[in-house]
Amino acid sequence: MLDLKIFENRELAQKILQAIRREAERIEREVRLMHVCGTHEDTVTRSGIRSLLPENVKIVSGPGCPVCITPVEDIVRMQEIMRKAREKGDEIILTTFGDMYKIPTPRGSFSDLKGEGYDIRIVYSIYDTYKIARENPDRLVVHFSPGFETTTAPAAGMLETVAGEKLENFKIYSVHRLTPPAVEALVKQGTVFDGLITPGHVSTIIGVKGWEYITSEYGIPQVIAGFEPVDFLIGVLLLLRMIRDGEARIENEYTRAVRYEGNTKAQELIDRFFEVKDAKWRALGVIPASGLELRGEWKDLDIKNIYKVKVPKLPDLEKGCLCGAVLRGMALPTDCPLFGKECTPRHPVGPCMVSYEGTCSIFYKYGALF
Amino acid sequence: MKIRLEHGAGGELMEEFIRDVILKNLTLKSAGGIDLEALDDGATIPFGDKHIVFTIDGHTVKPLFFPGGDIGRLAVSGTVNDLAVMGAKPLALANSMIIEAGFDETSLEKILRSMDETSKEVPVPIITGDTKVVEDRIGMFVITAGIGIAERPVSDAGAQVGDVVLVSGTIGDHGMAIMSYREGIAFESDLRSDVSPVWDVVKTVADAIGWENIHAMKDPTRAGLSNALNEIARKSGVGILVRERDIPIKPEVRAASEMLGISPYDVANEGKVVMVVAREYAEEALESMKKTRRGKDATIIGEAMKEYRGKVILETGIGGKRFMEPPEGDPVPRIC
Repeated sequence: MLDLKIFENRELAQKILQAIRREAERIEREVRLMHVCGTHEDTVTRSGIRSLLPENVKIVSGPGCPVCITPVEDIVRMQEIMRKAREKGDEIILTTFGDMYKIPTPRGSFSDLKGEGYDIRIVYSIYDTYKIARENPDRLVVHFSPGFETTTAPAAGMLETVAGEKLENFKIYSVHRLTPPAVEALVKQGTVFDGLITPGHVSTIIGVKGWEYITSEYGIPQVIAGFEPVDFLIGVLLLLRMIRDGEARIENEYTRAVRYEGNTKAQELIDRFFEVKDAKWRALGVIPASGLELRGEWKDLDIKNIYKVKVPKLPDLEKGCLCGAVLRGMALPTDCPLFGKECTPRHPVGPCMVSYEGTCSIFYKYGALF
Repeated sequence: MKIRLEHGAGGELMEEFIRDVILKNLTLKSAGGIDLEALDDGATIPFGDKHIVFTIDGHTVKPLFFPGGDIGRLAVSGTVNDLAVMGAKPLALANSMIIEAGFDETSLEKILRSMDETSKEVPVPIITGDTKVVEDRIGMFVITAGIGIAERPVSDAGAQVGDVVLVSGTIGDHGMAIMSYREGIAFESDLRSDVSPVWDVVKTVADAIGWENIHAMKDPTRAGLSNALNEIARKSGVGILVRERDIPIKPEVRAASEMLGISPYDVANEGKVVMVVAREYAEEALESMKKTRRGKDATIIGEAMKEYRGKVILETGIGGKRFMEPPEGDPVPRIC
């Protein structure tokens, strides 16, 4: 078995850091490296990587939190569906993940709705929802389903089971999103970065292949990296070398999990159930071809087709919240005047402070004030 | 406001709640020594040239029997340890039990025998008690009060710049054992709670280096090591630097922690002590601690410094630095 301890190894980390310092000196200017993954931010912050890098190497965090970017309108629409169903004598059981449950909107969170007596349950995976649906055949059970490619794959797998068993009381509300289009949109919207640390988990599904166009079309060097501190540092080093040489390639550091083609079976499964649509990202706007909706032939699995409700236009963020800039990699949480003051995990103002994958929440938890 | 589980989970929210609700409504809070306002592990009452130390602890752990212990062992250890970290030799305990109607007598006797064995380990007699039976579905709650005597009480506010920080053994055992047991996660070598009285560990060190050289102590129970260190740093007005690579953690605790996504620094220990000692006595303190059965894995994990007063800085495994923030509350409910 592969000994993962090596990826936390201090001596190895220090050696890579020495090489990073040499490269950074040669590059001379400031280099901004972006990652787009909450788990990468966790690695960076938990192991204090920013405190170890040379001053001219900056790590910025992009839209790496699927729960944070779930549109306010979708959360509110799901709430309205619950209300409308109740009016018709239909008590829906809604399931979602613990962080989604607490995401604030101008109309309150799912947690607030539970306070009004609605049946909302926190699950660890969509499989729990399936179990609840089987145990409650006379109730409609809906999973409010956020997530990037990594979470979409098991959701599609579950849908296959549900469709196979003709489990009629199981529905989903898909707010699944695709990662590469978001990176593309950031580039087009003017977020400047010199290289991308590409998320390893997402890449296990879409492969190196799924990211190639970001390099070939936009000239951005990429390294697909794993989630141990040493993985991330190797990613930084490989990017710096490419930047120094003026090259733009895509390299795969996370070879122990990521193949060129990715997981083709998962890709086929996702494609069988979902189609790609333009989709809104909270605080980022509509991103072309970035969302996944259930295909027409599976419309019976989509709760939106069972209860149709109207939702007004609502503001994405509270006044003063910098979540949008944080998600674009234009600001770090410590740049936000609300961070750690009005906005804490106990009293979150914006979505980035709620989710385990939210940059603000990670900064707060580990106190990344260095 | 409605009381939520988080209000009782140790950590920041609980402290806020205690200050804003509980302390605010009480008037007489001091008997001349360390008082209720200090929110220390126990209170002191000056008595001649010594100090009586008094403490109480309610135990609501679920399940009542867990790997490595049970509520009886926990109830005795919890209170003995609160006395021990105040620098007090335990003199006697009081035991109040609230039992659900229908509770199995065999289980009750098992719990009582466990209390008995634990109290003999210290040794400390249980000299008074109270028993209630209720219809609420609570299983069993055990509340123990303890009285002890200290030559020189040790608070959690006495750490000084330059002092050295020790832990008496591996961190996170109790919280991770309970959590993994509840989640039904099985590991090759099973996780066991560390629940045990630590008076002998404390006394051995005090005999070796003198009470005056132990500047601060805490038992890192709810909300774990991070909460204990942050309290010491804040109350003492010093910064604390700890080195991640020196914090002893069992491999199985680390594995469970990674699987559950919960930091071992944030969960309870029930048989450990965090001790801050004068630098010149650090090695001696460590050596004496290691000679005790329960302190054999003791290590020096860091030191108090003048920078970052009130804060705890963690030097990470790869040599980076970050703050070690106290958790909002212990991530595992009903652990003690």
